[in-house]
Amino acid sequence: MNWQPGTVLELIEQTARTKSIVFDVPGWSRHRAGQHVDVRLTAEDGYQAQRSYSIASAPEDRHIELTVERIEDGEVSPFLADELLPGDEIELRGPIGGYFAWEETPGTPVFLVGGGSGIVPLRAMLRHHRATASTVPVRLLYSARSLEDVIYRDELTAADAGDVRLTLTRRQPAGWTGYGRRVDRELVAEVCWPAAERPLVYVCGPTGFVEAVAGALVSLGHGAARIRTERFGPTGGETP
Amino acid sequence: MTDSQALDGNAIAGTLAEVFGGDMTIAVGTCGHCGARGPVAEVVAYTRAPGVVVRCRACDGLLMVITQVRGVFCVDALGLVDLQAPA
Amino acid sequence: MTRITRGFHGRRRPDVDPARVPPGQYVTQDFPVLSAGPTPHGSLASWSFTIRGQVDQPHTWTWDEFQALPRETVTRDIHCVTKWSKLDTVWTGVSLDTLLDGVETSAEYATAFSDGGYTTNLPLEDLTGGRAWIAFSYDDEPLHPEHGGPARLLVPHLYFWKSAKWVRGLELQLEDEPGFWEGYGYHNYGDPWREQRYAGD
Repeated sequence: MNWQPGTVLELIEQTARTKSIVFDVPGWSRHRAGQHVDVRLTAEDGYQAQRSYSIASAPEDRHIELTVERIEDGEVSPFLADELLPGDEIELRGPIGGYFAWEETPGTPVFLVGGGSGIVPLRAMLRHHRATASTVPVRLLYSARSLEDVIYRDELTAADAGDVRLTLTRRQPAGWTGYGRRVDRELVAEVCWPAAERPLVYVCGPTGFVEAVAGALVSLGHGAARIRTERFGPTGGETP
Repeated sequence: MTDSQALDGNAIAGTLAEVFGGDMTIAVGTCGHCGARGPVAEVVAYTRAPGVVVRCRACDGLLMVITQVRGVFCVDALGLVDLQAPA
Repeated sequence: MTRITRGFHGRRRPDVDPARVPPGQYVTQDFPVLSAGPTPHGSLASWSFTIRGQVDQPHTWTWDEFQALPRETVTRDIHCVTKWSKLDTVWTGVSLDTLLDGVETSAEYATAFSDGGYTTNLPLEDLTGGRAWIAFSYDDEPLHPEHGGPARLLVPHLYFWKSAKWVRGLELQLEDEPGFWEGYGYHNYGDPWREQRYAGD
């Protein structure tokens, strides 16, 4: 697995703090939904910085998409989100990680829980589910501060988005009928399938979020081996 | 208390692939300090240090330290009594 | 052949006098947090600093006793082996000269030990002559736990891994014993000006 060049094709504003970047990566080997890439940047004087980003696109999508959350005073994310232009080239390594990846297992429902930018690899899983016309039940619980902070908002709130439950923890729009609090044990119990149905669960987001949700799931009887976790830094994505 | 520096084995998957020659996130290891067993993806990984420091999620015991000395990877895995990668 | 990324600079300070930058280092505006383990959270009531080993008897200070010692505020440049340097950092602490005053020893080496098990070794001489402190304040504020608070060793003339966070004491020794990073291939002494990053450099 070597470093290979990726050329920026398109930049897409997602929320005020996040931007998607679509790359052309010649010779890209097909990834699995949930995997990530390492990104490497090199300054003219040789200084290098490296970060990991989950792949937001499904294996079936034409190009690789990453979604970057701009971390204030971050070293890499402000560059990726604000300075990159179509035609620019960065180095990528991957796809990486066989643990936090999903393909359909017939008869096994899937529960996805994302906090903040933890939605990124889960969105790839949802897109893969749709692209393969998978018939296993899949449900997403996505925690964001407000509707404006929901990444892929149009996609996730569309009529054909599938079984998506949002919880907006800080601010809800007028007339909001969805959840409006942090994901706690009670919310997990309400939204997740019962442990007896043995769903596969994927939890992604800041470390504290993942620990709380995984702990709640175990206390509800889900086997630890049925729960896959991926922890981002405390702000989700890059740790400055 | 959850430490802000503490990520998990997914964050070091690329480094582990370089060191071990393949994906190690689903490899299963046993902690030599407390006997806890689980996939490498679930270890506690400290990536902001002069090397990668891997600790047991159950007991914080040191499992593995990976440094890169003049371009060569040095791996000390004395805290792991067992590491099984799938074929 | 590594490709240069157009427009990428990192968060470096421009306009720095190169004479202040050891070889291979990049000057940052930030204060990166580097850790090998969880941040310890102890109480000041149970904190103590001990000099033990090749001494007649251990010398121990509680936090209150430590705070009653003469303190100094110093401004120094610090250099991390991971290549970042930070200039003009301001610290307040107790000089090791003060702490070692009255400690009789034939030891030539010291190992600093910390909460959480971290250790680092250095010649005893490098802790003297106004070159080392037990620092409890950074930038005029109590030292934050993620930066080693309540107190850390500060030895700015060596790579910053020698400035052990969460320090609890010194073991004075006749023989030199490699500490945590020294045992994993890092240089036993660690002079940034001679770029002594790894064993054998």
